[in-house]
Amino acid sequence: MALNREFVGRSSPPSDPYEVSRVKIREFATAIGDPNPIYVDRKAAEAAGHPDVVAPPTFPIVFGMVGGSDFLANPELGLNYAMVVHGEQRFEYNRPIYAGDVLTFVTTITGIRSLGKNELLTVETEVKALDGEHVCTSYNTLVERGGA
Amino acid sequence: MAATIKYDEVQVGQEIPPVEYPVRRVDLVRYAGASGDFNVIHWNERVAKSVGLPDVIAHGMFTMAQAGRFVTDWAGDPGAVVSYGVRFSSMVVVPDDDKGAVITVSGKVESKLDDNQVVVALTATAGESRVLSRARATVRLA
Repeated sequence: MALNREFVGRSSPPSDPYEVSRVKIREFATAIGDPNPIYVDRKAAEAAGHPDVVAPPTFPIVFGMVGGSDFLANPELGLNYAMVVHGEQRFEYNRPIYAGDVLTFVTTITGIRSLGKNELLTVETEVKALDGEHVCTSYNTLVERGGA
Repeated sequence: MAATIKYDEVQVGQEIPPVEYPVRRVDLVRYAGASGDFNVIHWNERVAKSVGLPDVIAHGMFTMAQAGRFVTDWAGDPGAVVSYGVRFSSMVVVPDDDKGAVITVSGKVESKLDDNQVVVALTATAGESRVLSRARATVRLA
């Protein structure tokens, strides 16, 4: 089923504040199989010039899942999640994410188009600190196979 | 930040040797939990096949994380990454056996920018397939 084009330009409400914990960073680093001590050992992170343990570069995908998945699950959008594969992903970082950061994120649907038999949905998630500091932005293209 | 590779010592065209990263079903289950992406095609063979996939496939983000690790291990500091983007050009099919699949990542310094930044072009393959394309990370070196 074609996606509802009326959703282009719509944004999720700002998420509740999300506190990045050392435990969550450790869980994520373990799940990607990366033993880098800067993700789990505060002393190692400090020795590398960081205030606390650092989140891996792909960690912000967690925010898209927290803040964006309910938004994209709106039945009026018409996205069949079992047919979705990830098309493209890009992160632009203003600074690393550290344990102790309290962040909010807003997900915006920036485009919907058909490509062959597929529907392409582009989504942007902007991640900010509570004081408004821009931390990073995630640009995500989802492909709904056979959706067009 | 403390990248350990020095900008002045890096040449455009310099190759970064390949590294192999295994991916088994259990890794996908663990990644689903940690990332919050519980899409059934990443853990349920029955559903994956019913929607036309050859088998369970890895999360694209799992593959992106392996190529990200390749870059941060090279640069010496995960905080050195300024931007990182990929296109998922092919699926990583993960069979239900003890071996799973292997993602092989290699890289090349594509360009040097101002402010000690370099662009690393990444190649990731699984079997005969290139699983990432247009994969580039910009990192700020020492």
